[in-house]
Amino acid sequence: MKELGSYINHLDVSADWVGLREVRESKTYRFIRDLNPQSNTRVDSHGIMIEVLDNGQFGYSATNDLSLSGINKAAKQALENSKSAANNSLFKFSPDVRPKAIGSYESPYVKDVSALSAGEINEILVKSNKFLRSSDKVISATSMAMIVETEFNYVCTNGSNANQKFIILITDQAVNVKDGDVIQRRSMGRMGHQMGLEALNEDLVMSNCEKILSEAIDLLRAEECPNEKMDIIIAPSQMVLQIHESIGHALEIDRILGDERNYAGWSFVRLNDFGNLKYGSDIMNITFDPTIPNEMASYLFDDGGMEAKKEYLIKDGLLIRGLGGMESQARSKTPAVANFRACSWNRAPIDRMANLNLEPGNSSFEDMVSSVEKGVYVETNRSWSIDDYRNKFQFGMEYGKLIENGKLTKTVRNPNYRAVTTPFWNKLKMVGDKSTFEVFGTPNCGKGEPNQVIRVGHATPACLFENIEVFGGA
Amino acid sequence: MQENFKKLSEYLFSLVTKNEVLTLSVSGEKSNFCRFNQSKVRQIGNVVDTNLSLSLINDSRICHGGITLSNDYNVDTKRASDELERLKKEVVQLPIDPFLVMPSNHESLIEVNSGQLLESKDIVKSLSPSIVDVDLSGIWASGNIFRGCSNSFGLFHWFETDTYSFDFSLVTKDERMVKGTFAGTDWNQDKYEDYIKKSKAKLNLLNRDAIKVKPGNYRTYIAPAGVSDILDMFSWNGVGESSIKQGQSALIKLRNKNNLAGCFSMGEDFTTGLVPRFNSMGEISPKVLNIIDSGILINTLISSRTAKEYNLKSNYADDGEYLRSPKINPGNLKDQNILEELDTGLYLSNLHYLNWSDNLGGRITGMTRYACFWVESGEIVAPIENMRFDDSFYDFFGSSLESVGKELEFVPSVGTYSQRSLGGNMCPGILLNSFKLTL
Repeated sequence: MKELGSYINHLDVSADWVGLREVRESKTYRFIRDLNPQSNTRVDSHGIMIEVLDNGQFGYSATNDLSLSGINKAAKQALENSKSAANNSLFKFSPDVRPKAIGSYESPYVKDVSALSAGEINEILVKSNKFLRSSDKVISATSMAMIVETEFNYVCTNGSNANQKFIILITDQAVNVKDGDVIQRRSMGRMGHQMGLEALNEDLVMSNCEKILSEAIDLLRAEECPNEKMDIIIAPSQMVLQIHESIGHALEIDRILGDERNYAGWSFVRLNDFGNLKYGSDIMNITFDPTIPNEMASYLFDDGGMEAKKEYLIKDGLLIRGLGGMESQARSKTPAVANFRACSWNRAPIDRMANLNLEPGNSSFEDMVSSVEKGVYVETNRSWSIDDYRNKFQFGMEYGKLIENGKLTKTVRNPNYRAVTTPFWNKLKMVGDKSTFEVFGTPNCGKGEPNQVIRVGHATPACLFENIEVFGGA
Repeated sequence: MQENFKKLSEYLFSLVTKNEVLTLSVSGEKSNFCRFNQSKVRQIGNVVDTNLSLSLINDSRICHGGITLSNDYNVDTKRASDELERLKKEVVQLPIDPFLVMPSNHESLIEVNSGQLLESKDIVKSLSPSIVDVDLSGIWASGNIFRGCSNSFGLFHWFETDTYSFDFSLVTKDERMVKGTFAGTDWNQDKYEDYIKKSKAKLNLLNRDAIKVKPGNYRTYIAPAGVSDILDMFSWNGVGESSIKQGQSALIKLRNKNNLAGCFSMGEDFTTGLVPRFNSMGEISPKVLNIIDSGILINTLISSRTAKEYNLKSNYADDGEYLRSPKINPGNLKDQNILEELDTGLYLSNLHYLNWSDNLGGRITGMTRYACFWVESGEIVAPIENMRFDDSFYDFFGSSLESVGKELEFVPSVGTYSQRSLGGNMCPGILLNSFKLTL
């Protein structure tokens, strides 16, 4: 909206700071199941969030009326909201928590979103679906693509004027196979990246289909994953969730400060753990890095206007920094990262993950496998659960391989593992090198009241953990 | 908004050619939110949002669009007609959909439930005085919610309601928590203050030192709020017929050879009137649909699309075939007998973060949360430290299910992903002779 910059000067409210955040998002979802179209849907959302800071208390008002009079009405309501809470504020903020942001960002891409027509995208998906249906063991096969185009415009009374445009492609192929009473599922895990329609490269899609169909058939003949403590090599397609649940959410400063206690929960991490807690073994290095090209949550500014930079959160196993934006920095007196984000125009920003990555180590995949006498290698998350303090977790994966005497041997089905966060990360024995490093992103991170679902990125190598409780299916 | 939607529908239907069929659905809200931490205001604001969905059929092809409406009729006719034009261009490019279901015209359902809600300027001053002496974290949500549906054959449905909810946790100094949800349509300050007073009284039970129980199998009572979380799992690769047909449902075993306990029955029950009975296609679901009757799977949720694909009879489930107004039938266990019948074991008030650990096996993992206790000889001994469970509903709704509570509790849906939810689950508590804790 070109007028947004001028609107900020025509608002009829008197406050210490006013910000307008316009978000326009278009999600196009194309989905084929068993050779037939299930969905060809495009949903647009467009609105403005007006935030007002008055007497130390923020108030917000989100409106679908984009006229100047509509925005003015919302600004007055935001001010009234702020004033109604001024005597009961949890914290009195200063305008410093909204730094001046000027600049623009655009997702890197090769092919723009109009490079393929709706019909052409359907053709690619149907072709991949035909391949997946090529075995008589297949009871259902799906192929999907989601294209997300988002534009943020942010202007404030402090002179901020930022524009950020994102293009995100999320794709997946999946197959359910059956033999007698055994049913198994194999998928590509529905991950996404900031990129254009080059993500729908037909050769890549078909290669993915070959892998998952072959492995799905393999799972039908496989034994159940054994129930015992053993070493586990976790592929990036599961490490993503391990990092997300047992590091990312645990380090969110707003959780540590108790904002989330009624919903997702608290955290075992406390403010005095920064600089003191040995989170994992010496080879564990975790970064907040919104600068990696193509990773899902790369950007220039967060929704409070803070410039995004790479920061180490855990260095050589030691916890040194949390995931808190400028408001959390003011409340907790711990240094901020640019993670104050909202899912859309109709929600206020809170502390979120962005790109939260495990830095590569020095071990090749072969080094890791050859070091294991008895263990299991697992790929692709299918189940996740963790407690409200982010301690006791359990994950299930789609695919596993036994490791016996330093070699990958039999396929096993229904692999799961469970553990407690810091003991688990202190059992991190080997970290894969760059050859095992993969960039993923998940579109469905839920948090906040009112609830928000946001896109986050995780890039990670494969990792070896020793002596973990592993088990199979029902 | 109802009149605006009617006018907008008529305008858009005038743009449809004789080969085209258009279905519209609208959902929106005018909501106030106030987030609390330490009984103080963390964030406060309001949201005005309206979304229009359009589904256009042309010659056995279908595509869908969605836009944000501004609630200004002139602006919205332009936005909606532009979107319709886009759909008209796209639909002809798409593959034929052999399982496309043509909408039809039914009786019109119009339901408007007006309430007495707090004005936005009064929310904080009404809620705060009762909570100054306790640590409360939670969310207030209130305002008007509406849903509508129309199609170019003349169908028109409307559902609108005013609601509020205050969903909160009270926290002791040693971090034990009690959950509360005060919800309704007509605000009553006295009832609110009484509810908070009773919630505070529950904190006293948590003052004792917590017991750490070991992994293993325990006699267990799960209170209605916990059962509600389990019931929600049935909407995710559970009771939908398409998920059974496609090999992704936990109920495949139930259909094939297994039964659950004779005292377990559940289904859909729209008689509460808290959610619209029409789905996004405008089809009207039966007022009551029994799904599991005395342990036997007698129905699944079948959308018209699934019915066409598998040659079945639709019961007008929505796309996705999820539960919209679920209810577990009551049993014989009286509230006053719960502890005595439990004797020695676990009393679990709430569960947390459930997921299928083996979907096809019916196994669910999750955590205990909030006020959960160790009970001995019918007496509460102490709260327990939170534990992970991992158990199959073929056991805890099957061979391990000893009895079902006589009293049903309405557990309101307070979710606000994308928009405020409607309705909730009607659940009893359940008494189990065995429940498996693992970590």
